[in-house]
Amino acid sequence: MTEHLQTMDGNTSVAHIAYRVNEVCAIYPITPSSPMAELADTWSDQGVQNIWGEVPVVQEMQAEGGAAGCVHGALQTGALTTTFTASQGLMLMLPNMFKIAGELTSTVFYVAARALAAGASSIFGDHQDIMAARSTGFAMLGAGSVQESHDLALIAQAATLAARVPFIHFADGFRTSHEYNSLSLVSDDVIRQMIDDQLVHAHRQRALNPEHPFIRGTWQNPDTYFQTREAVNPFYARVPALVQESMDKFASLTGRQYNLYHYVGAPDAERVVISMGSGSEVVRETAKWLNAHGEKVGALQVRLFRPFSAEHFLKALPASVKSIAVLDRTKEPGAPMEPLHADVVGVLVEGVANNQFSHMPRVIGGRYGLSSRDFSPAMARAIFDELKKPTPKNHFTVGIIDDVSHTHLEYDETFDIEPEDTVRCLFYGLGADGTVGANKNSVKILSEKPGWYAQAYFDYDSHKSGAETASHLRFGKSPIQAPYLIRHADFVACHKFDFLFRRDILGAANNGATFLLNSPYAADKVWEQIPRKVQDQIAGKKLRFFVIDASDVALKLGLGPRVNTILQTCFFHLSNVLPPDEAIAAIKDSIQKTYGAKGDTVVQLNFRAVDAAVAALHEVTVPAKAEGTLPMPPVVPVSAPLFVQQVTAEIMAGRGENIPVSRIPADGTFPGGTTQYEKRNIAVEVPIWNPDTCIQCGQCSIVCPHSVIRAKTYEDKDLANAPESFKSAPVNARGYPDTRFTLQFYVEDCTGCGVCVENCPAINSDGETRAINMGEKLPILEQERRNIAFFEHLPEVDRAAINEANVRGVQFLEPLFEFSGACAGCGETPYLKLISQLFGDRLQIANATGCSAIYAGNTPAHAWKANAQGRGVAWSNSLFEDNAEFGLGFRLAADKQESLARQLLQKQADSVGQDLATAILNAPQVTESEFALQRARVSALRNKLADMNTPEAAMLLSVADFLIRRSIWIVGGDGWAYDIDYGGLDHVLAQGRNVNVIVLDTEVYSNTGGQSSKATPLGAAAKFAAGGKRVPRKDLALQTIAYGNVYVAQIALGANPEQAIIAMREAEAYEGPSLILAYSQCIAHGIDMRTGMKQQARAVASGYWPLFRFDPTMRKSGLNPFRLDSTRPRIPLEDYAYRELRYKTLTRTHPQNAAHLLDQAQAAANERYRIYEDMAARDGSRFLPHWEDVN
Amino acid sequence: MDIRTNYLGLNLAHPVVASASPLTADLESILRVADAGASAIVMASVFEEDIRAEELAEAALWETGENSQPEASGYFPTMHHTAPLDGRLAVLRNAAERAGVPIIASLNGSTPAGWLRFAKDMEQAGAAAIELNFWHVPTNPDETGAQVEERCIQVLRDVRAQVKVPVSVKLSPFLSAPGNMVKRLAESGADGIVLFNSFYEPGLRSITESAETGFVPSAAYELRLPLMWAALLSEHCQANLAISGGVHSGLDVAKCLLAGADVAMVASVLLQKGPQYISTLVEELQRWMSEQKLGSVAAFKGRMAAKGTAIQAEDFLRKQYRHILSARLPDISR
Repeated sequence: MTEHLQTMDGNTSVAHIAYRVNEVCAIYPITPSSPMAELADTWSDQGVQNIWGEVPVVQEMQAEGGAAGCVHGALQTGALTTTFTASQGLMLMLPNMFKIAGELTSTVFYVAARALAAGASSIFGDHQDIMAARSTGFAMLGAGSVQESHDLALIAQAATLAARVPFIHFADGFRTSHEYNSLSLVSDDVIRQMIDDQLVHAHRQRALNPEHPFIRGTWQNPDTYFQTREAVNPFYARVPALVQESMDKFASLTGRQYNLYHYVGAPDAERVVISMGSGSEVVRETAKWLNAHGEKVGALQVRLFRPFSAEHFLKALPASVKSIAVLDRTKEPGAPMEPLHADVVGVLVEGVANNQFSHMPRVIGGRYGLSSRDFSPAMARAIFDELKKPTPKNHFTVGIIDDVSHTHLEYDETFDIEPEDTVRCLFYGLGADGTVGANKNSVKILSEKPGWYAQAYFDYDSHKSGAETASHLRFGKSPIQAPYLIRHADFVACHKFDFLFRRDILGAANNGATFLLNSPYAADKVWEQIPRKVQDQIAGKKLRFFVIDASDVALKLGLGPRVNTILQTCFFHLSNVLPPDEAIAAIKDSIQKTYGAKGDTVVQLNFRAVDAAVAALHEVTVPAKAEGTLPMPPVVPVSAPLFVQQVTAEIMAGRGENIPVSRIPADGTFPGGTTQYEKRNIAVEVPIWNPDTCIQCGQCSIVCPHSVIRAKTYEDKDLANAPESFKSAPVNARGYPDTRFTLQFYVEDCTGCGVCVENCPAINSDGETRAINMGEKLPILEQERRNIAFFEHLPEVDRAAINEANVRGVQFLEPLFEFSGACAGCGETPYLKLISQLFGDRLQIANATGCSAIYAGNTPAHAWKANAQGRGVAWSNSLFEDNAEFGLGFRLAADKQESLARQLLQKQADSVGQDLATAILNAPQVTESEFALQRARVSALRNKLADMNTPEAAMLLSVADFLIRRSIWIVGGDGWAYDIDYGGLDHVLAQGRNVNVIVLDTEVYSNTGGQSSKATPLGAAAKFAAGGKRVPRKDLALQTIAYGNVYVAQIALGANPEQAIIAMREAEAYEGPSLILAYSQCIAHGIDMRTGMKQQARAVASGYWPLFRFDPTMRKSGLNPFRLDSTRPRIPLEDYAYRELRYKTLTRTHPQNAAHLLDQAQAAANERYRIYEDMAARDGSRFLPHWEDVN
Repeated sequence: MDIRTNYLGLNLAHPVVASASPLTADLESILRVADAGASAIVMASVFEEDIRAEELAEAALWETGENSQPEASGYFPTMHHTAPLDGRLAVLRNAAERAGVPIIASLNGSTPAGWLRFAKDMEQAGAAAIELNFWHVPTNPDETGAQVEERCIQVLRDVRAQVKVPVSVKLSPFLSAPGNMVKRLAESGADGIVLFNSFYEPGLRSITESAETGFVPSAAYELRLPLMWAALLSEHCQANLAISGGVHSGLDVAKCLLAGADVAMVASVLLQKGPQYISTLVEELQRWMSEQKLGSVAAFKGRMAAKGTAIQAEDFLRKQYRHILSARLPDISR
């Protein structure tokens, strides 16, 4: 045996095998499978070899469909080839999968199983994607744990080579793919022995080869296609036996025996629960516990789901079984039963008929765990208990409250089966404080202790700034087989004091557990500062209570918000799992490993944090009785709408799983604007306005990524009831006597990014302070709440009176996109806010999947909203790969229904009044006042139609809103526009329809963690381009300009906001397609985000990101439609690029390439600029479509 | 004609060495200086505090967004050697491999641990020798000269004990007894002494009442101070001597050698006239040697070093000082 214990997550455990048994990997990022692809790419970059001593080729593709096509091609050319994917990615691979299977091709697709986009999208785990692929002809082998996913990855590869049937290897997304657990790593030697080279040679022999050519992939007619489909049957028939053979061989090499259908439980069990994936482990452990407590039950895990082997399955099932529950982690609306349930029923019916099984047990089915909904032993027990009933509930659900269809099973949340020697720890932290990273290290430290096992799982919210995390850490002296969240904790750490007021931190604490709190209050002061509810929990559960002001320790050491090392040290100290010296040494060792590559300074700082931690840790003397008075504040204001109270607020409070089905919108329709209720208070410092210095220019509010800076002008008298602290200044423009100006900062929604301060041009004579300066939030919080309330009562500035063409004017336009979950300093969101300010009350948005879908549309925090009149942004996210087409659909439908409305209005002109009809039909709709007039007319029309009570009137009423010109925008990132939907975008732009496309160009796939796209620049490092991108970014603008009839602009708000405003307004006004490329800084660039707008200016100054507009209407007037709005390059590219880690890092990792790539990047930028300059100098006749000029 | 010399145990083709300057900071420039004919190159100093500040700032950038949201545990590819010092070491490593002449790494530490760690890293990266840049302005009036000197000597001893490559010291001229300091440094293991460090003192702007910072190139007259000390020390000093500051011509190089220095280091003249000026300096040296009928550097090195006792040297210097001060003043009224 040549194995050794390691700790890793499921993705790593799978990728470790996949990489070693393949030659080609065609990849594309998609959560939660991306880490497998990233690892393969990293290893390839580092020259890690597969078992044949070769470095596999890892090729990023433009989409999963492309990845599958590339895999298909590589397989047909004889290479051992794989891919990694999930969810929508697998859906895009389906067409090729039918081909690959039909051609009997050996390959394994490694899938981190995930939910599908339906009424809502979800990145989390279930089996919907797997189930949707079950007709492809791929064999399906499902793993239930990190170890199993590792082992079965190899077994799948061995089996596919033997069987010639392709395999999907799947493990549950997140629950297994992201769980860290101790595992016995299969050695390269064992891998080598598992893979038969004869079969590899046979695979190559079957490949296309001009030296002995044949034709595969023909087209067939009714005469032969049918037989072709049936001819594969013997291959499928052999699969189960071949998989079992591989499993047996694997057992002989490693000692770990697997079976296709794995039964654990009483040999004479009467009740059996059947399941797949990680849920099987929960069922199995529960069954063991129940049997140990006198019951006779069993758990059957289906590992080989396709081809389903009735023979093996029936053999595995105990003959004593009387009732069976089959669990499906999927939902197939309208089906008589879910897939695994149906399979079991079908197999049993046939088995009984064929005398393979003695009797027909009662079989019920149920659904659990969709989108990683936690599946606990309590739920598993409820299912076993249900089977005891004379008429158990069929088609049940477990884990939700279904008060609509009444499918759910009740369960006892206090039920706990975990062994006493398993220590369970919960850590609540912030994304930025490093808690998760520290726990990843802790789990490794714990499991490296001989004879110990450890597990860690991380639960995040989806905010990209101020994200809250929960780390679930278990350790003990037996393997941890508990793939569910910790609900009974021996140790609870709260790394952020405020959480005590927002979440139920101690709900999961066991009696007598240890509670560690990062507290700004000392041990003798903290008690009176915590809410009464928490006091009751501490006293009631007799918790040992410790405090440390880790934030202060970290601040003094220069660690900023990173309290991770300090609290990790406290955890080891309190948990007493290792002798103190050993623990400190282990922590320091892991610090060295984690931070070593970042430099010794960081390592030493963290060492000092370790040394300082224990001294700052103090136990709190807990009074026998809680007598505090601090309440838990309401999650949302009591004035919030009922839905927000009942649903939104519950989700925000972390109680979403208790919301009954009846309260959840059935069709995915939610109210917008709910981010206003979050008040996340994540900033420590916020901008503070100095009205005396302010020049009221609007430069701060236009760059604010979170719409927290609002400006209003109003009359002097409106200040009558203003709070004392409310600031204002006289309007500094001429012609506004007795008018005041106020800049109000929504400090509770501010992330403290400081971009506004950096962008403020009003610098005081001290040369440092400006009209806005960062200052501590806490001292001004209460007063600002009052100020904001007052500010909101001031009237909005009349839009018709605002000059929308300049930055100063735009600040007065109400944003209908606010307080999103985007990163502090995000470069994308200011553009979206601007669009919402300019066109928000008539805006319909098709949003591609990506950051912009998450920070604006992740339930319950929805950032797009309506204005006080109830008009605003109608937003929807279809998918990643179809967003352009989705938006075109908006346009087609709007145009069609507008046309219908106009037609109906003409017909009913006499009834509604000729004057009104004519006015509506001929109304110009460009300026704000024109929109206001048209809305008034349409409103009058609606009133008249409502009274008419005719079918024609009702029909017109149903489409009357389309008489108001609609602004349709298609929003997405560069991964969407340049890669996955490039074809769709191109098609949509070519249709001449009036859609406005904005590409929030961060030059990487930001949402999935910075993978290279075709927008990634030459010379920048990114995931999948670790050694630096070797080709320049695609010039999407130039390609689109080639059409001639598409409005195209390239903008950078930080370089020239006026140009950005003009471009947006021109694009929107253009009666045809438009495309705007918007430079968007991103944390994946490795810059101080506070300076992001300055970096935009440098991008433009270097000529890397020229600003321009191509307006086809100009050509019609004989003018040059292409206008270059930025100057010639004024700084070398290096002065821009080397301020970003993505470029700079190459000077260290690949110093020789770095210089070369920089030279090439400079040359590419020069050349691109020259092309634009040439275009700007042409006359209008030299642009397409000149054929339109031919009479 | 043999113009070879030996410095820090390194056999150099000639005595003109490029000292630490912006010209020796990045790989491309270093290679340019090497191509221009420098016999050895002292890489631009690595300042510990710069590296540390950069490490901290960059660590914060690497960590932004790390382990914060479910879709990405981080935003950058996994890469080794991404710390700022790695960048400097990578330049050193590549320069050492490709320059074809010895690359001497220059280090200015700010902590005892930093001096050691950085020196070891530089040795591993291929430095032919390490030059300890003891640039320090003792602004604290409570700090004594002895303390400053002792600290430098301790750093030297520590570094010397940790690395195998030769170690030189770039010394401040502002010492009460530079000769004594050089002696102690040599005794503590210094293989070479560089005379002297430039301090680039800031000036004052009278109009804006602000500090006038920025590079001021060395002037030819500056050569006199190191020349004097080289002449005074070379006969007795076990360590090699390098003269730095004010070497602007081939004749200056010759003077350095006459005084007993092993090499002459140049920076300002290269910054002003370009790296290719090295060949001019060498040619001028050769021309002078030819005119003087000198066949090798060895033939005249140290010929003008102070040969007598320390008292004789002091007498000589005192006399010429007195002479200058007592000389008749030119008539300034005309």
